[in-house]
Amino acid sequence: MSRVSYQAQWYPLEPEESVLDGLLRQGIPVPHACKAGVCQSCLMRAARGAVPEKAQAGLKETLKARNYFLACSCRPEPGAELELAGDADELRVPARLESLERLSQDVLRVRLRPEMPFEYRTGQYLTLLRADGLARSYSVASLPREGVLELHVRLLPGGAMSGWLHAEARPGDAVRVQGPAGECFYVPGRPEQPLLLAGTGTGLAPLYGIVRDALEAGHTGPLWLFHGARDPRGLYLVEELRELAARHSNLHYRPSVLEGRLGEGIHVGALDALIREVCPKPVGWRAFLCGNPDLVLSLRKKLFLAGLSLKDIHADAFLPSASRPEGAGATTRASDASR
Amino acid sequence: MSTLFEQIGGAKAMDAAVELFYRRVLSDDRISRFFDGVDMERQSAKQKAFLTMVCGGPNSYTGLDMRKGHAHLVKSGLNDTHFNAVAEHLGGTLEELGVAKPLIQQVLQAAESMRADILNR
Repeated sequence: MSRVSYQAQWYPLEPEESVLDGLLRQGIPVPHACKAGVCQSCLMRAARGAVPEKAQAGLKETLKARNYFLACSCRPEPGAELELAGDADELRVPARLESLERLSQDVLRVRLRPEMPFEYRTGQYLTLLRADGLARSYSVASLPREGVLELHVRLLPGGAMSGWLHAEARPGDAVRVQGPAGECFYVPGRPEQPLLLAGTGTGLAPLYGIVRDALEAGHTGPLWLFHGARDPRGLYLVEELRELAARHSNLHYRPSVLEGRLGEGIHVGALDALIREVCPKPVGWRAFLCGNPDLVLSLRKKLFLAGLSLKDIHADAFLPSASRPEGAGATTRASDASR
Repeated sequence: MSTLFEQIGGAKAMDAAVELFYRRVLSDDRISRFFDGVDMERQSAKQKAFLTMVCGGPNSYTGLDMRKGHAHLVKSGLNDTHFNAVAEHLGGTLEELGVAKPLIQQVLQAAESMRADILNR
């Protein structure tokens, strides 16, 4: 049996049980969301004891060096003892809700103002923590120069964070943000390289940011932005993106739905078929894929087979939150599920 | 006399070969199902290690690793046909990169020597 100490109290772990599951089982609230080693909401720090290598996968070197680890992927060796120095409070930046604006029937644009410096790259994701510790991760759609952080939050049936944001949260409410993480962002250089950006649902958030980031950085190559949804109600920022495309001749915006009427400039059909039709030979391109994990993984494979190099494909599959019943998850992300 | 690995072009050639090789393998309906649901970046890293090994480069694979790594695939039907298909793509990739025929033969022999381990026989 292994055990962990938290706030001067020892807690036994079942065989193969993670530190997160063990603490939750014994009534210790630990912020968490994906339980898959990706969203980094359950970051904790060890004061003493060996941290398994697996528990630090994907963390920044600076965090590893300070013995931070992910509680959900930390399964100490049998007999091992791990003393926790607490959770990641010192890494969490206080912020206030600045505005909550409906972008569609079920997508909310949430703007937050961090009260301490919060460095990030547009398109990365962060963990949003409510005052009571409820945590969910969201991609950042804003640009650092804008000062506020912009998140797109889809209202999910029974979603704890999304339900609160949609119904109860008010501007001025105090929250905290942690992160960022993820490698789905624009890196300047090769301004003539064509970019292919494809996302479903609120997978548009990072892409909306990346497109604006690239344009501001002076990207001259074509930017193809594909946004897919089941039906037209799932699309949002349509007018805003059309206006952006009207101002930038190299930006091509292609909204696409599976079900809906033809016309109105919206494609009806499968997103991958549309991409293949519009961009038949993407050899040498750079791609950003965000949203539904099945679509992200299948597009990644298709684009690789079509000639894109794996190092030029930045994928961010949004995983459902594990604390919710199957299928109804809030989103946390797997930045590049295949890394 | 330089080694086989150096004659083929060393680590640089492996970088060029791995995506060509992986793309060939994934596009081949005879074998692509064995790669369903795998993590593409990790798979690509493994394939690079495999290519490096059969080309005589520095590697740390053992016969036992090859056995363990393929045991679950053998259970789901991996056999000689599939091994041959992969070997075909291995040769094709090196040909595409302009590697000389006699060198390709040596690489294919190295791959052949691992057939029993890979197929868990």
